[in-house]
Amino acid sequence: MTEQQTQSAWQHLLDVRNLETQFHTEDGVVHAVNRISYTMNEGDTLGVVGESGCGKSVHALSIMRLIPNPPGKITGGEVFFRGKDLLQLTDDEMRRVRGAEIAMIFQDPMTSLNPVLTVGFQIMEALKLHQGMDEKVARARAEELLVLVGIPEARQRLDDYPHQFSGGMRQRAMIAMGLSCNPGLLIADEPTTALDVTIQAQIVDLVKRLQEKIGMAVIWITHDLGVVAGMARRVNVMYAGSIIESGPVKEIYANPHHPYTVGLLGSLPGARRDRTKRLYSIKGEPPDLVGELKGCPFAPRCAFRVERCAFEAPVLEEIDSQHIAACWEKANVRRVQ
Amino acid sequence: MTAQEQPAETTVLAINRPVNWLEHLVGHDAYRTLKGLATNPVSVIGLILLGMFLFVAAAAPVLAPPVSKDDPYNIPRDGYGAVPKVPGTEWKTRQPPLPFWWKAVTGKDQWVHLMGTASGQWDIYYGVIWGTRTALFAGLTITLAGVLIGVTIGAVSAYYGGAVDMILMRITDLFQAFPFLLTAMTLSAVLTPRLGKGLLAPMIALIVFSWMGFARLLRSDILSLREREYVLAARVVGVRDSRILFRHILPNAIFPTLVLASMRIGSYAITFAGLSFLGIGAEVGFADWGQLLSFARDWMTQLAEYWYIIVFPGVTLVLFVLSWNLVGDALRDVLDPRLQGSR
Repeated sequence: MTEQQTQSAWQHLLDVRNLETQFHTEDGVVHAVNRISYTMNEGDTLGVVGESGCGKSVHALSIMRLIPNPPGKITGGEVFFRGKDLLQLTDDEMRRVRGAEIAMIFQDPMTSLNPVLTVGFQIMEALKLHQGMDEKVARARAEELLVLVGIPEARQRLDDYPHQFSGGMRQRAMIAMGLSCNPGLLIADEPTTALDVTIQAQIVDLVKRLQEKIGMAVIWITHDLGVVAGMARRVNVMYAGSIIESGPVKEIYANPHHPYTVGLLGSLPGARRDRTKRLYSIKGEPPDLVGELKGCPFAPRCAFRVERCAFEAPVLEEIDSQHIAACWEKANVRRVQ
Repeated sequence: MTAQEQPAETTVLAINRPVNWLEHLVGHDAYRTLKGLATNPVSVIGLILLGMFLFVAAAAPVLAPPVSKDDPYNIPRDGYGAVPKVPGTEWKTRQPPLPFWWKAVTGKDQWVHLMGTASGQWDIYYGVIWGTRTALFAGLTITLAGVLIGVTIGAVSAYYGGAVDMILMRITDLFQAFPFLLTAMTLSAVLTPRLGKGLLAPMIALIVFSWMGFARLLRSDILSLREREYVLAARVVGVRDSRILFRHILPNAIFPTLVLASMRIGSYAITFAGLSFLGIGAEVGFADWGQLLSFARDWMTQLAEYWYIIVFPGVTLVLFVLSWNLVGDALRDVLDPRLQGSR
């Protein structure tokens, strides 16, 4: 292998450039992801936050090229992973990337395991597929993986069906499936949303621990800002299919420059919050993504809007070398308390 | 891993029930199905009835030893008289070999018409016993062939979608637009001169018009399952589409089709008997329940006197259909995904 040569050929593990995904529906074209760009390095952790329907999951599925087509279609951009543009690969080549180099885990562990196949079968499938292991070797490796994700009596558990697992154990099994081929990137699409809080913490710890062990990069998609704070190094805030603010976690939390980020942070329940007041929420609804948006998508809900926002969309501008935000009034935006 | 990291829920919430040898052998789902079938009173009745039919079919040479071993399905006849004879009448001419158990039970050397004779002196008992084999064979073969065709067309249709789906489903519509029995009769009548009189022509005719329900049912189930998250999860791992269809989706989608198939076995047997009754099924004298009923045709007005010519084959046919329906009903209850986990 020319590992060393290819290593130098790419600068970033993942380099997303102007990725654009649209859905063609009867009501018109839904602009689900609008020209988003970001980069990630080996072993990095990126948080992607935003409310439901802001394009977080669609962007992840676009990277995996699993957008249902029709109605969806990736209409533009490049996704360089280890130097190769995933969007240019053939279906067969892309299939060899999925599971082997990029893995993904989902929100609901109750529905993401097949009820009629044993857990062991589902973990071994990727091993046999990508690493050409035979039944015996794959089984031993699957057992190892279950031990790794903290499932006791792993050997017997391989022959269990998903309904014999609890929710937290299923998510652990999903993670085992995702990690089976030591991927370079794990995309976790709200993996803790369907779990209760104590299990959430265990899963977050587990992924962090495994990340250190395997050295993979993680994209953690969530609307839980608390999880992102404990997990990620950088965070992308998405709204209406666009990245509206991006920066190091600490910087974003301490010094948000987009009114939407400010609103998200303001609506966090905190330990020192005044409990007699209602929890803050951002007024209004996210915009309908059908058709071209004019101006800033957040303008109708924004407390800082000025005349310009209605007809001219703000572009991402640097606040410092690490931190970017898309807002005309970013100089005047302050945290609400 | 430290004790602190050990998840508490694994010891509290996990289902740690013992797995017995049968479950280990056939797998969890099949075991649950078997257990459900064995504990449901409806299915137990159905299974007992079905077991009786299977026994009769298997033991036919002992229960009713044929006159000629080469042609056991030929119903023996005791003369040619038109008037039916009551059950218990002694055999006079061309008596078949006496079954060994007859002497042991009754102590007599004389073989009788256990269920009487039909018009033309065909022995009803022989027809019922050997006809069980015909009914099972016809019902199972027609359904199996129909399921194979239906599953293939339904799966291909749902898998490829688009134009393929459109064309296959319109062909299905076309076949469904024909009135089933009339078209099957016509086709059987057309095929008979080419294939010769026998079981083949009516069975092919029924198979040709049997698969549409299976195809549509399977297609719709696959279409809904295709959107499940575990299918997406399989694609994320990089599993090939065809493997996803056959290994991940089909095992989930096939149960409703199997339930429908088990219920259809009875109804195809009765339809086959119907064709025989109308004279476009098995040849005259071939052991078949529809054939027996057709012998009763001329005596319909005097059934009070000649009840046995219609009651024995008729009740047998009804029980046969009932047994499959009960088993199918129970299967549906057991396999219904909405009831999963409640048992």
